[in-house]
Amino acid sequence: MANPSAVCNGHLHHHHHQKQNNILKSGIYKKNGITKGMKKNGVSNGTLHKKTITEHFEQAPMYVAVLTFLGFGVGTIFGYLRDFMRAWGLEKRNVAAEREQQKDFVPLYQDFENFYTRNLYMRIRDNWNRPICSVPGPQFDLMERVTDDYNWTFRFTGRTIKNVINMGSYNYLGFAETDVNALKTVTIELQKYGTGICSTRQEMGTLDKHVELEKLVAKFLGVEDAMVFGMGFATNSMNIPALVGKGCLILSDELNHTSLVLGARLSGATIRIFKHNNMQSLEKLLRDAIIYGQPRSRRAWRKILILVEGIYSMEGSIVRLPEIVSLKKKYKAYLYLDEAHSIGAVGATGRGVVEYFGMSPDDVDVLMGTFTKSFGAAGGYIAGKKDLVDFLRTHSHSAVYATSMCPPVAEQIIRAMKCLMGLDGTTQGLQRVRQLGKNTRYFRRRLHEMGFIIYGNDDSPVVPLLLYMPGKIGAFARRMLEKNIGVVVVGFPATPITESRARFCVSAAHTREMLDTRGLKADVSGLFHSRCSSQRTKIW
Amino acid sequence: MDIKHVKDYIYWLYYQYLLITCSYVLEPWERSMFHTITVTVFAMVVYTAYVFVPIHVRLAFEFFSQIFGSQPESTVSI
Repeated sequence: MANPSAVCNGHLHHHHHQKQNNILKSGIYKKNGITKGMKKNGVSNGTLHKKTITEHFEQAPMYVAVLTFLGFGVGTIFGYLRDFMRAWGLEKRNVAAEREQQKDFVPLYQDFENFYTRNLYMRIRDNWNRPICSVPGPQFDLMERVTDDYNWTFRFTGRTIKNVINMGSYNYLGFAETDVNALKTVTIELQKYGTGICSTRQEMGTLDKHVELEKLVAKFLGVEDAMVFGMGFATNSMNIPALVGKGCLILSDELNHTSLVLGARLSGATIRIFKHNNMQSLEKLLRDAIIYGQPRSRRAWRKILILVEGIYSMEGSIVRLPEIVSLKKKYKAYLYLDEAHSIGAVGATGRGVVEYFGMSPDDVDVLMGTFTKSFGAAGGYIAGKKDLVDFLRTHSHSAVYATSMCPPVAEQIIRAMKCLMGLDGTTQGLQRVRQLGKNTRYFRRRLHEMGFIIYGNDDSPVVPLLLYMPGKIGAFARRMLEKNIGVVVVGFPATPITESRARFCVSAAHTREMLDTRGLKADVSGLFHSRCSSQRTKIW
Repeated sequence: MDIKHVKDYIYWLYYQYLLITCSYVLEPWERSMFHTITVTVFAMVVYTAYVFVPIHVRLAFEFFSQIFGSQPESTVSI
């Protein structure tokens, strides 16, 4: 049986396929409910998903929700108290205010809108925007800063905190590194091209590096053509308006990223939201759209576009791609898949959710992704059929107005992608993908054993740990920093108000000791009493 | 050693209280205000319970026993 990822004498034997159809899933981290034989041609079980999707979205016990609201209540009461004191001059005002002469004008700063920011966020603000002063690899250095007036201003002490374990960077494959050998080609390109492009793609900004990169991206994903842009957020927000317009319908997931939402709103199309990863909701919307058409004129929609993400970064859940593709084929809609977090991070050889489910990339109409997360660079791409990409080359706002990607960054992506595909002659890329899978499973298992509530799919390297109570958000981040671990905590408004969380991003560059250090701090977990999960038994 | 365990445990309980009631994020003077109010309310609850609960329990017990186990304690005795 042909094994496409066979390793022989340290060199990767690569069978070049027209399509990535015969993908053998390595047995390390996949749970196949059905044993399937290896097929030479065609996609095996392509339409039905062949593994049981294990996703957890456990609800917390009732007392946790009650205590969360209690905590927010206390915060709100004290917020009103402080606002009252500020309004009556009993306390110094640190927020922006108009000048005396403008007091009777239309108010410039609406005081109540920022109530939450002023009174809750400010108190724990030292956990965000921490400046780091080294490469964000598996460990980094932090600049120490203190505050004298409860987070209204900061000052740097001048010291740096060294070797903080990095659990917050999207460094899934560990390509954010400063090793001289690894960056040799990047240095050469930097000396050859410099850093500035000073032009847009349509004017003078298309370099041979971009052409090379686009060909490589197309080959990596198994599609006809690709186009790269300088910024990942701009890829979404500038290209969706080029693809859809007035008279089109966008069906977007509840928890889509801001870039997708912004792009959808800018396009002027009608937007309808379906519940997160809920296929019944999506199907109902599709049926209603086709039966009833546009709102008043009852005409058929010009286009129906479904916007989903590969891995949702706040939940850690993976999209149900096979079901969406079957729905899309049935109702003749288009699919736009944003693989910002999943490209490089899931899939047997790191090719994203399309490979993870064993599907063909032809099923997805528009494949979008970013290079910021797994490739250690910056920028985004859109890939698909040649007609689509040619259309975008002329009609995308980003191509017309935005500066193109700079050459050293393009070279970094090229070298990372070549490493991942094995074209540089080593197996390092595949090792990284496997290591990430191992780390993910280990980390999730340990956290689950300790009884925390973790959201998301078992295979996703984004691990949100639920904290719930507002007091714990700040305390958790500070405590972790004291123990030399840097984490990202998220609260309202990025998450629902009762579900604040700490989000860990597992990396291939983490060693087991690093994960143990984090996972083993029993005193921390005991200290936080977040262990409210009722599923304490080992599932794996 | 034992004293240390007890002290650690008490500190842990205090920390949990701070986290749960979100008084961890408050400034020291706000925290003292909050503690004062909480302790006052809690003391009042305890005192009320201490004073009134036994009496209420006894009355309720008598009321229910009159309904259910009512040996006719009539005034006419034999």
